Amino acid sequence: MKGLFIVSGLGILAMLAEIFKVKKVLLPMVLLGILGAYVANFMEWNNSLNIAAFGNMIAFDKVAIAFSGVILATAFFWFIMANDYFENDTNVTDHFALVLFALTGALMLTAFKNMTTLFLGVEIMSIPLYVLAASRKKNLASNEAGFKYLIMGSFASGFLLFGIALIYGATGSFDLMEIRAKISGTAPGMMPMFFYVGVVLLLIAMCFKVSAAPFHFWAPDVYQGSPTVITALMSTVVKTAAFAAILRLFLIGFGGVSELWTVILAGVIALSLVIANFSAAMQTNVKRMLAYSSISHAAFMLMVILANVRSNATLGALLYYSLAYSIGSIAGFAVVYNVTKKGDESFEAFNGLGKRNPFLAACMTIAMLSLAGIPVTAGFFAKYFVFTNMIGTHYKWLLILAVLTSAVGVYYYFKVIIAMYFKPAATEEPVASEMSVNMVILITSAITLVLGLVPGFVVDMFAF
Amino acid sequence: MLNGISINYYILLSTVLFIIGAVGVMARRNSIIIFMCIELMLNAVNLLLVAFSTLHNDASGQVFVFFVMAVAAAEVAVGLAILSMIYRNIKTIDTDLLSNLKN
Repeated sequence: MKGLFIVSGLGILAMLAEIFKVKKVLLPMVLLGILGAYVANFMEWNNSLNIAAFGNMIAFDKVAIAFSGVILATAFFWFIMANDYFENDTNVTDHFALVLFALTGALMLTAFKNMTTLFLGVEIMSIPLYVLAASRKKNLASNEAGFKYLIMGSFASGFLLFGIALIYGATGSFDLMEIRAKISGTAPGMMPMFFYVGVVLLLIAMCFKVSAAPFHFWAPDVYQGSPTVITALMSTVVKTAAFAAILRLFLIGFGGVSELWTVILAGVIALSLVIANFSAAMQTNVKRMLAYSSISHAAFMLMVILANVRSNATLGALLYYSLAYSIGSIAGFAVVYNVTKKGDESFEAFNGLGKRNPFLAACMTIAMLSLAGIPVTAGFFAKYFVFTNMIGTHYKWLLILAVLTSAVGVYYYFKVIIAMYFKPAATEEPVASEMSVNMVILITSAITLVLGLVPGFVVDMFAF
Repeated sequence: MLNGISINYYILLSTVLFIIGAVGVMARRNSIIIFMCIELMLNAVNLLLVAFSTLHNDASGQVFVFFVMAVAAAEVAVGLAILSMIYRNIKTIDTDLLSNLKN
C-alpha cells in the first residue's frame, strides 16, 4: 500500500523537478523512490491480510505485493535505460512523471478489490501511455501509434464499462467479494442473462488490453510506431499489470462461473498461439516481430489462468512467467534500442553485431533464448511450469498446440541470432552504447540466467 | 420497475446506443466522429448504471457515473491533443491516411 503512495507522490515530484530546475537529480530521485516503494511493499508481506484502504477498494495481499514487486523491479531497470533516451529532451520530467502515473495505475491493477478501482487502474495506466506512444511530435509513425492506441484503448474501455454495468445490475454491487458471494449463492445458470453477457464483455476488454488474438490487431502497429523505450514499457509493465488484473477478476470474482469463460479463453489462446507465431515468423521489422512474440507470450500467461483452480502452484507459475518475460524483454529491448538508434529497425540492422559489439550480441542471444524457451534460461522454466500446470486439465489439445507453435517461435528468435553472428555486416563500424544501458543489459541478462538456474525461489513464494 | 417502466427497456435502450457507438467507431473514417462514437458508448453505460442504481436503490452506481465522466473527459482531452498534432503534420484527420505502419 505504501508503495502505491510513494510511486504516485514521486510522479508529482517529477513534475515539480522542472519548475525548481533540479533536473540533474531527477533520475537518482526516481530510482531511489522506486527502490523505496519496492522495500516498503515487501515490508508489508507478513502483515498483508490486514491492509485494505479506500473502503476496502484496494487490498495489497501477497499476490498483489508479489506482482507489484515484478512491476517495480522492471520499472527500475526501465528508468535507467530510458534516461539515456530522454536525456537530450527538453521535457524529460514530463515523460518521467507520465510513466510514474502509469505505474501507479499498474500497481492499482494488481491490488483492486472493487470494479471502481479496476476501471480507474486501467485508465490511469492507459491514458499516460497514449501520450507517451505519441510523444515524438514530428514523427508520423509515433503519431499514428498514439492515435491507434487511444482509439483501441477507449473502445476496449467501453466494453469494460458495459460489462461492469451489467454485472452491477445483476449483483447490485461493485465489490469483488460480494459479486463472488452472490454467484455462489445462486444456483448454476440462474443469474439473469445479462450477467453472463457482462462477464464475456469483461473478458473481451481484458483480452484487448493484453492484446490476445483476435483482439490483437492494434498491437503490432502501436509497438512499431512508438519510441522503442515506450514499446519496452508497454510489453513488460503493462502486460504484467493486466495479467495480475485478469487473475484477480476471473479467479476471485468470477471463479463461480468458470465454465462460461474458460471455453472462450481456450479459443482466444488457441487463436493467439497460431496467429502470433506464424505472423511473427513473417516479419521483417524487429519491433513488429517482438510485438507478435508478446502476443504469443500473452497466450501462455492466459494458459496459466485457464489451468488454474486457484492453487498456489499456479500463482507461482504466473508470477515466474511474468518476471522471466519482463526481465528478458527489458534486456532484449535495451539491445534493440541501441542497435536501432540510427532508424533502421529491420533484421539487417543486426547483421554482424557479433563483431560490431560482442557484448550486446551475447546479451541479445541470452534474451532471445529466454523468450524462445531454451533450457538454462528463465524462459524455459516459465514454459515448463505452464505445461506442468496444463497437464492436469482437460485442455490437452491446447498443450500440444502450444508445443508445436513454440517450435515456430524458435525459428524467428533464431533469425536474430543468426543475423548477429553469421551474416556479414554492411559496415564494420562498432555499435556504441552508454555505460548505464550496458549495466542494465548485463544485470537483466544475468537475472535471466540466475532465474533459470534457481527457479524454485520465485515459484515457491506462495507455498505457505 | 422504474416509474412504471420495466428495467428491460432501459437495458435495451443502452444496448442499442452502445451498439450504435461501437459500429460507428469501426465504420466511420473521420476522427472527430470516432471520438463522438466513443462518447456515445460511454454514455450508454452511464444510462445503464443510473437505471440499475435506481433499481437497486443503491447510490454507488451513480457515484461510478462520475468516475466514468471524469475519465472520459481526460481521454478526449488527450485524444484531441493527439489529433491536433496529427493535423499539424499531415493537414487531415481522415483515418484512411493514417496507415503507414506496415511490415
